[in-house]
Amino acid sequence: MTFLRVSSPHAHASNTTGDVMRWVIAATLPGFIALSYFFGWGTFINLVLTSVTALAGEALILFLRHRPIAFYLKDCSALVTAVLLGLALPPYAPWWLVVIGAFSSVVLAKQLYGGLGYNPFNPAMVGYVVLLISFPVEMTRWAIPQDLLADGQNLPGLLSALQAVFLGIDSGIDGYTGATPLDLFKTQQGLLTEQIYAEQALFAKASIAGIGWEWVNIGFLVGGLFLLSKKIFTWHAPISMLAALAIMALLFNDGGSSESGGPVLLHLLSGGTMLGAFFIITDPVSSAVSNKGRIIFGAGIGVLIYIIRVWGNYPDAVAFAVLLMNFAAPFIDYYTLPRTYGHKYADNANRSREL
Amino acid sequence: MSLSASSFKPAQIWEIPGGVHPPENKTQSMGLPLGEIPIADELIFPFSQHLGTPAMPIVSVGDNVLAGQKIAEAVGVMSAPIHASTSGTIIAIEDRTLPHTSGMPGPCVVLKSDGQHKSIPSQEIKDYRAFPPSDLVPIIREAGIAGLGGAGFPTALKLSPKAETHIDTLILNGTECEPYITADDRLMQDFAAEVVAGAELLAYILNEPKRIIIGIEDNKPLALAAIEEAAQHTRVEVISFPTKYPSGGEKQLIQILTGKEVPSGKIPAHLGIVVQNVGTAAAAWRAVRYGETLTWRITTVVGESLKTQRNIKALLGTPIRHILNEHGFDESQCSRLIMGGPMMGFALPSADVPLVKTTNCILAPSHTEMPEPPPAQACIRCGMCAEACPASLLPQQLYWYAKAEDYERLQNHNLFDCIECGACSYVCPSAIPLVQYYRAAKGTIQQQQKEKVKSDHARKRFEFRKQRIEEAEREKEAKRLARKQAAEKARQLAAEKKDVTASAPSEPKTNADLVSAAMARVQQQEQDPIAQQAKFERAVTSAKDRVEKLQQRLNQADEEQKNTISAQLKQAQTNLEKAQGRLKAAEENIASLAVTAEKTTQPEEDAAASAIAKAKAKSEALAAMPPEEKLNNQITSLQSRIEKARDKLQQAEAEGSEHIDALRTGLEKLEAKLVKTQNELETSLGHVISAEENIANLSSPEEETVKPEEDAAAAAIAKAKAKSEALATMSPEEKLNNQINSLQSRIEKARDKLQKAEAEGSEHIDALRTGLEKLEAKLVKTQGDLEKSS
Repeated sequence: MTFLRVSSPHAHASNTTGDVMRWVIAATLPGFIALSYFFGWGTFINLVLTSVTALAGEALILFLRHRPIAFYLKDCSALVTAVLLGLALPPYAPWWLVVIGAFSSVVLAKQLYGGLGYNPFNPAMVGYVVLLISFPVEMTRWAIPQDLLADGQNLPGLLSALQAVFLGIDSGIDGYTGATPLDLFKTQQGLLTEQIYAEQALFAKASIAGIGWEWVNIGFLVGGLFLLSKKIFTWHAPISMLAALAIMALLFNDGGSSESGGPVLLHLLSGGTMLGAFFIITDPVSSAVSNKGRIIFGAGIGVLIYIIRVWGNYPDAVAFAVLLMNFAAPFIDYYTLPRTYGHKYADNANRSREL
Repeated sequence: MSLSASSFKPAQIWEIPGGVHPPENKTQSMGLPLGEIPIADELIFPFSQHLGTPAMPIVSVGDNVLAGQKIAEAVGVMSAPIHASTSGTIIAIEDRTLPHTSGMPGPCVVLKSDGQHKSIPSQEIKDYRAFPPSDLVPIIREAGIAGLGGAGFPTALKLSPKAETHIDTLILNGTECEPYITADDRLMQDFAAEVVAGAELLAYILNEPKRIIIGIEDNKPLALAAIEEAAQHTRVEVISFPTKYPSGGEKQLIQILTGKEVPSGKIPAHLGIVVQNVGTAAAAWRAVRYGETLTWRITTVVGESLKTQRNIKALLGTPIRHILNEHGFDESQCSRLIMGGPMMGFALPSADVPLVKTTNCILAPSHTEMPEPPPAQACIRCGMCAEACPASLLPQQLYWYAKAEDYERLQNHNLFDCIECGACSYVCPSAIPLVQYYRAAKGTIQQQQKEKVKSDHARKRFEFRKQRIEEAEREKEAKRLARKQAAEKARQLAAEKKDVTASAPSEPKTNADLVSAAMARVQQQEQDPIAQQAKFERAVTSAKDRVEKLQQRLNQADEEQKNTISAQLKQAQTNLEKAQGRLKAAEENIASLAVTAEKTTQPEEDAAASAIAKAKAKSEALAAMPPEEKLNNQITSLQSRIEKARDKLQQAEAEGSEHIDALRTGLEKLEAKLVKTQNELETSLGHVISAEENIANLSSPEEETVKPEEDAAAAAIAKAKAKSEALATMSPEEKLNNQINSLQSRIEKARDKLQKAEAEGSEHIDALRTGLEKLEAKLVKTQGDLEKSS
């Protein structure tokens, strides 16, 4: 009998890529619960739609590429993309919008580049941006948080939610849509921050930064901290992104004048900030690789988010900021190698050398 | 530092980046005491059990050997001898499967044990401090000791740092960070005193470094206690540090214990640090103290496919199968057989390989214990590998570039600082065999570098050869030119000599035109054969050169080239013979031509000998001049020629040309000629000088008396003219006699010249000899003519 001949190491830690992905999905739970609590069934329907589309799209391409379908589907990476996109899309968005988004994410942004590990851009954010540019109206129609509903008004039930999504029967759904805190803040340029906070129910009834949204963001923050503690990713990118965003907000808050960019906490706990910080920019495939690089990568995203939010045309900016920094990631990698043992200085990946 | 307190003082330790905590699995093999197994029937000793050059066997088949007897000699310093681990008979020296993952066969000495285990007597040293370290290192070297931690670095070499290196820290590595392995743990518990004695011995050999540290991971409390106890009352520090793989890597251990990093591409001695495994230290001590050569080691035998798991004192050369069988091995349960630990050990292709010096563990895990690795998934660049890397590399990038075969980027990512500890592969959630990629890439790069060195060498050799050939060609061309010039000069010189000797005293005859025409004709006839001769001479020289060179090459050539070269040599020799034949023919041809040429020349005209046409014309012009003026002219021309020759010589000297000698000879000749001409001028003007002074004062009354003097000179010249006229009117016999005389004197001169040339080794010897022969032939002929005419 001959023995198995494999190279060392022969021992292996028990984690797998599938495990990593499943932990990520699990960690979105607090945020998902908050979204569902404040906005109803919409997010759940989004998640189901994106997941089915993503898995089907991935399976289709794997089939076309003659790859073992089950083996690759089990890595759950398509599911992670689907979940993240589903969480980012507005609740009660029409089904075709969600399907197009999920399909773009998995097929265009991931499989066409070679599948898991080879996509230069964050797949969920590609899907999101495709939709945002193609269908701006649908993409900016967010639901009103439960606490702001008129007396006697309730969040749509599952059935009417499904009707709205699949049949376009928007009986009353329109009544549920409204501005997000970032939208509000952007459109109320003439007012002092204080006035906006006092006049708008979205802020007035909130404890920190917009009713509902603050809790959604806190939910994602909790999930993110959980992943951090599980060492699924390192602190470098999320912390530097949040720090950069906070610093920008601090610099341009100017005490809450009518020209103010908005308070720090509004930026940290509104829109997609926490989802972005802990679930989007931590996607290792499309981010910078070294810790040093991830600090720069995260900081770049934080700064870009603020710039686009305050001076750009879009109320939120996580997707654009992430994609822009995805472009820069390989470049960042070249110049942020860690200092290797026994070397005085960190090297540069582009140094040409005589072989 | 106080003697005993050091081990109790909490020593400072440093943190290393990365690292992993795989399940330790160390208890299985520590349940039983150190065991021993029966001696195997057949023991196998590979020539190479250490890092470096394989040893050379010094026994032959049929030899009886004793335990501890040397059976293979070290080759060079980066090598170690090998000793028989028991007594018996050498039954084979042949290729056997090596304990290497490739399963490749390699040369081994095979010993059939006689079961007696008789040892050779050994030399004990009770107090090694009575000997200088330089006497102890050879003992360790001769004992065949090589790093027992796993790398097998020849220990004696590590104990002989370069003269300029001062070792200030000796570290004994008792870390044993690999899971499963407990050989050093067992050793430190059972042989603590030997380990500490070994530390002191090595410190003595290394000229007492400031610190002697034994580093032990904190998962071995019993070993730590045993060593601490043994180290009491010594200056050996015992430092324990948190368990983390790969703390036992030499570089990592140095960082943990000293906070220093071994610079990339350097060895620890660069920092003044020497690291030895605890087992190596104990073995070195036994070698010095008891004269014990390295014939056994402690090995962990572990894994769920074995009934008994423990450490054993194993004889080197024992087949692994024998060891496994002694431990209730169930082969069907065994998923793979590993020599070494699960992190860095290598999978053996079969159990029929021997235990060697570096075998610290034999791991025979069951299928559940170490299942087949799952298929690798895509790398998601999660960076867990980078977090685990103790060298702060980016394994995910290395993997990426290794797959892309981007060797430049791999090196920029410091691939060669990877210690192949396997921490990255261990944590990789996609189960990518990362280390395998790095090993392959390293191999490829090293191969490329080797090939580049080779091709650089070949290119340089080719360029050098081209240059050499070009230079040789240039030299040949220059020589050719020099010979041509020398020949021309010689002809000119000969002509001028004749001018001086013949034309000065004698006026050209009325039939001078006829003479010159004849001479020109003769020369023309001769010219071709001379050129031919020169050509053949060259051919001979070059053929000789080639033969010589080929013979030299033949002497240096190896067997393979010998045939071709000897064939070339034969061809060259044939060519030489041919060239020589042709040269001879040409010389004969010239001789006969000379004879016919002379036959066609009228005897009367021969009186003026063989002055060339140009010289004749010149001599005519000269003849028209007054003699003083002629001589003066000659002197001026000689002076200018000397000037030129000097310039040329200087230039040649500055350039280091090889023509210096020829130029110098030429210059000397010119100078001699100048002196001679000046003398002639003086003698011819001998009587005139005073008269000339008088001529300057024309008004002088002695003018009348001066004139006759002046006339006397003119008369001398007139006499010479008359002589030549007389010569013209001479009888043929007289003429011939004259000719013979002149030829004889010329031959005399030519002989002198030739002798001188031979003495100086001049390159004109051949030409001179040919000239002399011609003259002699002419003399014979002239004498014949004289006899005929008389």
